[in-house]
Amino acid sequence: MADNKAALKTFREEVAAWMAENVPADPGFLLPLTFLEVGTEQQLDFLREWQHKLWSAGYLGMHWPTEYGGQGADPAYQYVVDKELSRHNAPIIFNTIGLNWVGPLLLDMGTDEEKAKYVKKILSAEEIWCQGFSEPDHGSDLGAVQTRAVREGDEYVVNGSKIWTTLGNYADHMILLARTNPEAERKYDGLSFFLSPMKVAGIEAHPIRKVTGEYGFNQTFFTDARIPASCLMGEEGGGWRVAMKTLEYERGVTAGQASGHWGVTIQIDDMMNDLRGLQHDGEALLSDPIVRDDLVGFMMEAKALSLSARRMAVPALNTDYPMGLALSVKYRGTEYERRMKQYTASKQGARSALYVGDADAVRGGFWQRAYFSNFGATIGGGTTQVQANIIAEHVLGLPK
Amino acid sequence: MFSYPQNLAISLTEEQGMLLDVARGFVRDQAPIEAVRAELETETGYDAGIWQRMVDMGWTGISLPDEVGGAGMGVGSAVPVFEALGGGLLGTPLLSTTIAGQLIWRAAGEQAADWLGRLCEGQIGTVAFLDHADWGVPNTGVALDAAGSLSGGKHFVADAGVADIFVVVANENGSPVLALVERSALTPEAVSANVLIDLTKRAANVDFTGVTPAYVVRGEAVTSALRDTLLLAALLTAAETTGAAGRCLSSIIEYLKTRKQFGKLIGSYQALKHPTVDIYVGMENARSFVYHGATIVGDETLSADAEVACRMAKVAADEVMVYAGDRAVQFHGGFGFTWECDSTLFIRRAQWAQQMFGDAIHHRKRLAALLLDNHNSG
Repeated sequence: MADNKAALKTFREEVAAWMAENVPADPGFLLPLTFLEVGTEQQLDFLREWQHKLWSAGYLGMHWPTEYGGQGADPAYQYVVDKELSRHNAPIIFNTIGLNWVGPLLLDMGTDEEKAKYVKKILSAEEIWCQGFSEPDHGSDLGAVQTRAVREGDEYVVNGSKIWTTLGNYADHMILLARTNPEAERKYDGLSFFLSPMKVAGIEAHPIRKVTGEYGFNQTFFTDARIPASCLMGEEGGGWRVAMKTLEYERGVTAGQASGHWGVTIQIDDMMNDLRGLQHDGEALLSDPIVRDDLVGFMMEAKALSLSARRMAVPALNTDYPMGLALSVKYRGTEYERRMKQYTASKQGARSALYVGDADAVRGGFWQRAYFSNFGATIGGGTTQVQANIIAEHVLGLPK
Repeated sequence: MFSYPQNLAISLTEEQGMLLDVARGFVRDQAPIEAVRAELETETGYDAGIWQRMVDMGWTGISLPDEVGGAGMGVGSAVPVFEALGGGLLGTPLLSTTIAGQLIWRAAGEQAADWLGRLCEGQIGTVAFLDHADWGVPNTGVALDAAGSLSGGKHFVADAGVADIFVVVANENGSPVLALVERSALTPEAVSANVLIDLTKRAANVDFTGVTPAYVVRGEAVTSALRDTLLLAALLTAAETTGAAGRCLSSIIEYLKTRKQFGKLIGSYQALKHPTVDIYVGMENARSFVYHGATIVGDETLSADAEVACRMAKVAADEVMVYAGDRAVQFHGGFGFTWECDSTLFIRRAQWAQQMFGDAIHHRKRLAALLLDNHNSG
């Protein structure tokens, strides 16, 4: 244990030195706050090169097996790297759907062939992944997916449409949930899970503009698109189980993600530093008793989140609701961040009304953009309201 | 640059884990809610047999050092016990006695070994803190005169009806002192019971005029001991309140899983489901703060981190318990409004606990100073 601690400390120093040398300087154009907002070729090329550089240095997917591009290290090492990335304000590691959902899923449930084919290229950023779960009429209600996949010889023919396809217009592959049997007695048993190519005839991704003004999302249309039957992951009709496992990785319920640095880290310290200099009603904003009380509230929330994350590792303090803390991470964390960002964006007097692009905006409109961007977190991966149902039903045992 | 001080230590020793299991088992087996209800309107509010068994298990000495007859486990180790007691809404004078022990030990150390030994053996102690209703300012209106006699009265003295030892916070020539008063020094008329909102708790107004304390603790240590004891009292109360919130949550869940209206279990309605999730999340937050506090408080003068921990624990526990108690009554519908429903006990506990040792506003104001004002430079 002590050895491990010393080794990690040495490693941290090594990583910090590498970052000081290698974290790219501000490229002079707007970089996305999260992987959900990669909207230009310029951003894509920049982020792809950066991810490749980090991986080449041995600092990405460190706890993944060496045969698939990892380092076979303890997860604590990747955690150190992620911390340092955040501390050095490094650009995000953007191939998140591959790195954090598909990669761990394949390592967990994939065949050797699937692992060999896909995993390393996820780490190297050679291949980009997107996710085809939600549909225009079925966002949170995944069991109702309607996109059809019909087996014809060695192929499946896919028709339908997926939406909110992050990175869809750049992606090489999609994890696709489609209906192979509309007659199945239970709607879940009619679903299959595919590792589908994106660059084939009949698949088109149309970018969607977001509330932030940026792109990153797509609506993906499948029109008689033919994908190889070998893309099926698991059994036909067994897609629901694979999709649920994917969501565990997406929601952070199960560990194994290659990098936690999928978004710009925004913390209490950032909020405090940006609010400190502001004036309000003729005095320092931070001397207003109501503001002070609000800030105490945010600090308590931040601390409760961190403490609870640590408490998960103390089994004797998790006996009443064993999965409760893990299953509520997303519910608590994303909502806290949304409110914290909205608060900061709205305490800037008349400058609160300025947005990215205005020279007078506080920190370039960072908070306004961050607030809007945060809805990606409270909606994506199952909305806050769906998360509340999950906690109610799976943690507290309340009826559906 | 601002940097939020982040002491995130949270752990549970093997001994503390055993205390948690044992205390929960004790509450479940020996003090079920029916037993608690049977004592609601009795004079002392608790069953003497149950109290004796708690004493026999050594719980009055958990936080006190070996030298004075305690278990030497540190005050943090009382946290699991209070969480468990809160989970059963079990009153008893353990909280008063533990707080009295901390105050005497921190102010007098081994000089007061005899007094501390008596507490470890099961005599009941209590601190007479308040001579007005404000937890936020010094309460030293009771004076100790040159002849060694007290004048003035204290309000809301917890468990005064049964206490053997009163620790009276007083002033002597403008300096705070602790006057240790034996029960035998009080006339029966000196103690007049309060009507408390929480029927599992007891308190009284006590007139100490003309009483000569058996022992007086003086000196610098009294001030810091008072400060630290109030913080620890807030932490232990928060532990008890968190336990109560957990129990309140289970009772809500139970009802939502069994009560049907309009042909459906009411727990399937999101209007009831989602607030219940928020009670759950609030309870888990409080629990994290409480055990963080338990991890970092010790016998020494409390650090700034420990102060933050105690205050956050109290705020988090109060806020969730007030919400949980309130919603428990509402969600049980007409039944929730009746004396028979345990929600009655929870909402009353919530209203009692939220003011003890300072309410949420009191602690939040001090947290603002601790967190916002010490980082103005650089």
